[in-house]
Amino acid sequence: MAKVHVTTTINGEPMEFLCEPNDTMLDALRGPLALTGSKEGCASGDCGACSITLDDRLVCSCLMLAVESEGHEIRTIEGMAQGDKLHPLQQKFLEMAALQCGICTSGMLMASDALLKRSPDPTEEEVRFWLAGNLCRCTGYDKIVRAVMDTAAEMRAQ
Amino acid sequence: MNLVTNNKWIGQRTIRPDGMDKVTGRAQFAADTTMPGMIWGKVLRSPHPHARIKSIDTSKAEKLPGVKAVVTSKDIVDFTIEKGAVMLGIQDMRWMCRNVMAREKALFPGHPVAAVAATTEAIAAEACKLIEVDYEVLPWSIEIDDAIKPDAAILHEFNKFDGKPSNIAGRLEHKKGDIAEGFKKADIVIERTFTTRPVHQGYIEPHACLISVAPDGKTTIWSSSQGQFMVRAMTSMLTGIPQSDIRAIPAEIGGGFGGKTIVYLEPLATILAKKSGRPVKMVMTREEVMRATGPTSGSKSTVKIGATKDGKIVAAHGTFYLQAGAFPGSPIRGAAGCSFTPYDVPNLLSEGYDVCSNRSKVAAYRAPGAPIGAYAVECVLDEVAEALKMDPLDFRLKNAAKEGTKAAHGPTFPRIGYIETLEAAKNSEHYKAPLGKLQGRGVASGFWFNAGGESSAQVNITEDGNVVVTTGHPDIGGSRAGIANICAELLGIDYSRVSVIIGDTQTVGFSNLTGGSRVLFASSMVVTQSTDKIIQTLRERAAKIWEIDPEAVKWEQGAAHPVSPNAGQFEPLTLKELAEKAPAMGGPIGAGVQLNTTGADGGFGTHVCDVEVDVDLGIARVIRYTAVQDVGRAIHPGYVEGQLQGGVAQGIGWALNEEYIYTREGKVDNPGFLDYRMPVCSDLPMLDCIMVEVPNPKHPQGVKGVGEVPLVPVMAAVANAIYNALGKRFYALPMSPPKVLEVLEAPTQQAAE
Amino acid sequence: MTELRYLAPGTLDEAVGAFAKAGSAARILAGGTDLLVQMRSGVLKPGVIVDIKKIPEMTTIEQAADGGFRIGAAVSGMALHDHKTFGKVWPGVLEAVNLIGSKQVQGRASAGGNLCNGSPAGDSVPAMVAAGAIVTVQGPNGRRELKVEDVPAGPGRTNLKPGEILVSFALPPRPAGSSDAYLRMIPRTEMDIAVVGVGVSLTIKDGTVTAARVGLGAVAPTVLLVEDAAKALIGSKLDDAALAKAAAACSAACRPIDDKRGTIAYRTKVAGVLLKRTAAIAAKRATQKN
Repeated sequence: MAKVHVTTTINGEPMEFLCEPNDTMLDALRGPLALTGSKEGCASGDCGACSITLDDRLVCSCLMLAVESEGHEIRTIEGMAQGDKLHPLQQKFLEMAALQCGICTSGMLMASDALLKRSPDPTEEEVRFWLAGNLCRCTGYDKIVRAVMDTAAEMRAQ
Repeated sequence: MNLVTNNKWIGQRTIRPDGMDKVTGRAQFAADTTMPGMIWGKVLRSPHPHARIKSIDTSKAEKLPGVKAVVTSKDIVDFTIEKGAVMLGIQDMRWMCRNVMAREKALFPGHPVAAVAATTEAIAAEACKLIEVDYEVLPWSIEIDDAIKPDAAILHEFNKFDGKPSNIAGRLEHKKGDIAEGFKKADIVIERTFTTRPVHQGYIEPHACLISVAPDGKTTIWSSSQGQFMVRAMTSMLTGIPQSDIRAIPAEIGGGFGGKTIVYLEPLATILAKKSGRPVKMVMTREEVMRATGPTSGSKSTVKIGATKDGKIVAAHGTFYLQAGAFPGSPIRGAAGCSFTPYDVPNLLSEGYDVCSNRSKVAAYRAPGAPIGAYAVECVLDEVAEALKMDPLDFRLKNAAKEGTKAAHGPTFPRIGYIETLEAAKNSEHYKAPLGKLQGRGVASGFWFNAGGESSAQVNITEDGNVVVTTGHPDIGGSRAGIANICAELLGIDYSRVSVIIGDTQTVGFSNLTGGSRVLFASSMVVTQSTDKIIQTLRERAAKIWEIDPEAVKWEQGAAHPVSPNAGQFEPLTLKELAEKAPAMGGPIGAGVQLNTTGADGGFGTHVCDVEVDVDLGIARVIRYTAVQDVGRAIHPGYVEGQLQGGVAQGIGWALNEEYIYTREGKVDNPGFLDYRMPVCSDLPMLDCIMVEVPNPKHPQGVKGVGEVPLVPVMAAVANAIYNALGKRFYALPMSPPKVLEVLEAPTQQAAE
Repeated sequence: MTELRYLAPGTLDEAVGAFAKAGSAARILAGGTDLLVQMRSGVLKPGVIVDIKKIPEMTTIEQAADGGFRIGAAVSGMALHDHKTFGKVWPGVLEAVNLIGSKQVQGRASAGGNLCNGSPAGDSVPAMVAAGAIVTVQGPNGRRELKVEDVPAGPGRTNLKPGEILVSFALPPRPAGSSDAYLRMIPRTEMDIAVVGVGVSLTIKDGTVTAARVGLGAVAPTVLLVEDAAKALIGSKLDDAALAKAAAACSAACRPIDDKRGTIAYRTKVAGVLLKRTAAIAAKRATQKN
């Protein structure tokens, strides 16, 4: 069976790749696209480590077929910084020790960014419930939530 | 909080060296790597909990187009049981060789029986289905009570207890005084039995490795592990390839908590790579992780504590049965050795029993055994305190271990910080805060041994006057940041000028596992000694330039200075200047140290937990939590807090919702994150930390291990809080909603006995 | 290696044609949050996947002049959330759809997929049942309508005929003084499958309940419309006695199983507890709107 040829846009760049029809977007990102920043923790949509945006909507890349990306806009962790200029969330995560092993960090940042775009002034409860789909086993979430709220405050002040 | 803050870098919340790569998605975890010509490996696993393997026919699999190699136990080095134990650290290689691939018997559902490498994952999986295994299915048991029944199916016939084949693989005890006499003196005696379920370490990154074996046997292993030297040693012992031919490179690790202190895939991938001549990548699925890697023990513990009416503990007896899983080796040492250790108990018997049963072999989990034992002991202490009408922290203060107390597991304590944690908990804002309706507060303490052990490091000064530190331990908590803080402090230079990397088995000296709360303790010792040697060299070089005695040179703020104007009027010589002059002055500036570090002190913590219970649905939620711990010296407070918070979160999951659930056929029914219920962000409140610093006098910066203690007191703190809210005690974990409702609706309280 | 074909037709007729032609080998792809998990675990091995997200009728939300809503079967929870008026009129349906999984899942998961997956615990279904939704399906023999509570046939099964695709949900116009709510019991705060789910829709006039519907999920092979619970509420002022009677009716309607998510005893008790809480929320919303 021949592979499918897909044309899509990733982090603002047009890209093409080949994949099996039943490959997920995560398979495609980590395989032919060599964008390994999105991680596989469960392949069943329960951990959020594979979070990306599809047309600016936060989704699990493991729950989407790679072929579905045809004609759409995909954004991944690799597109969050602009060259060597970090996104405020990335900077804050570093400053506030909001990561340890780092395996959940890509997904946490994508999810946090999606939240702040919709809700620039979230309460602690809103942050926690928004990030419920991103499992972290190292931090207990405390510093992550603080980093997101501090970033939100800073971004509002700008 | 009495953190030392007059240091420039020690105690500062610097940016971790590996952080940039992790926030940008550039960090390379084991599953992120590829090699040219790479193929994929998959494992065929037993569907049966217990079965004799009569034959394995791999011929059809080998013929499938795309298949490049097949492995069975024939390819793994056998460590014959009759020849006796072959120990690598705490692991007996007789069990390791059988754990990575079943030999005579499959001992749990998920036990590997064969492995295949093929050009795609799909072909490898298809090939596994073509392997024909002839099993003779045997009766099985999983739970401790079932495994120790007289008629239980025995996993290992050679294993004898009381002269008969048994699933009890071992017993240990710690004894002090005479408990029979001690209990006679008690005015209050409380005895309770507790059960806990197996829980998984829950690292988000599944096990993964990529291995290449050249035709001459030179092997490169890239894997997710808590010890590249352990990976090298185990792979060497299980494949026969000499250690010097194996380069084990530690990838960034996505969580371990003890679960990655042994190998599962590496020996299989190595043999597949050797046979196929291609690099082989193997990545576990989440389901494989949950079924076939080691959660910790389920347990059954009975604890009896006696105290006089003025609040002194006079006697204690603990019996701790822990599941080992398919092979001997449950953490009874931690359960029996740590649970009573925070207290000065004159008469004590603490016994641990290691019980084999048909579930995956236990792997270490953050202070292995200690949380299980502490759950039982700290809950009974709560009942004793209540019977004595004493505040639970006061009761612990009255009986607290201190300098000079002889611990049951042997040592006499030097200066320790346990009492300080109790006092800090008592004086905390949290402890004084009022509680509302259906809210309750519980406290508990805990201890963990902490380890020292082997560590190697090299510190090298670059030609442009900066520093590269190579250490030997995978970084699972933030140790690189701590090491950079220390090195920058010692050299008196800016933190940004220090680069810390983790070497592999070919590039750094032997360093023992990342675990036992030892990485910063051990690595900072050897880094400090290496840096001290470098400072000595720098002083000598400056002395030579100035033509004075090296004793007249001091190193301060990143430069060599004369000790006093009497020594001479010289402009300081900076690190950069001396580095530039190095070739002319004797050569490269660097030093390495390898040590078996000693002097690690145990760690103590005291926790305060508030819960609120929805009594109609049985849901308990933790609404406030404070972890107090003697951390020795917080080299990087952010990452020390991170260890406290992470351990607390795991403990809350263990207390409330995490458990292994089995089907009637003996298989894991919840091998995924949907039904293996770890805490999510919305489940937890902010987790407050109070770091008490009682520096370790045997360590150059006063460091004590911090990573494991935080898990030890949590389940008891939560259980005691729920009791405070509801007036009902829980003697089984997890305290999930149906269990809470059951207890609430039960007509009478569980009686002692 | 795989024989899977992926199709993304632009019209419903094409979709029905392809779906019907492939027979039992075909699966519909909306959000994929159930389908992809089942494919990955090996439970399902479809030969044809028909992606319906390019069909406008499937992905749009319309409010008619009379106030009724038509929601395309593939509309995601997030899209439903972002609609300007839907959540004001049907807060219970909205919160039910947006309790499915995580925010990531809600970016894709749809009420149509949730219903057709046939899980007795699907969060959106009790709320849709309480709302009195009518679904439109289209198949080789044309269009027809079903009451939403008549769609589930058992765990993993629906009463849709071969080749039929769920097209949309129609929610009726709301009389004044109406609102709804959905609550579920899960052990954590998020990310669990419902142990019990209750949807309640009420119309209240001068303090008295004039209309009520109760949907009950995860306690039987299909989601239940509990008419006895509704009867107990209608004509009452939601006093303790009426609520107790309705709660008892919910508990009585339970035919649950013991599984890794809950026991029979627990589910039966919780059904009653949740009914009271859900009805109270729906009532508060209904009377606030007055």
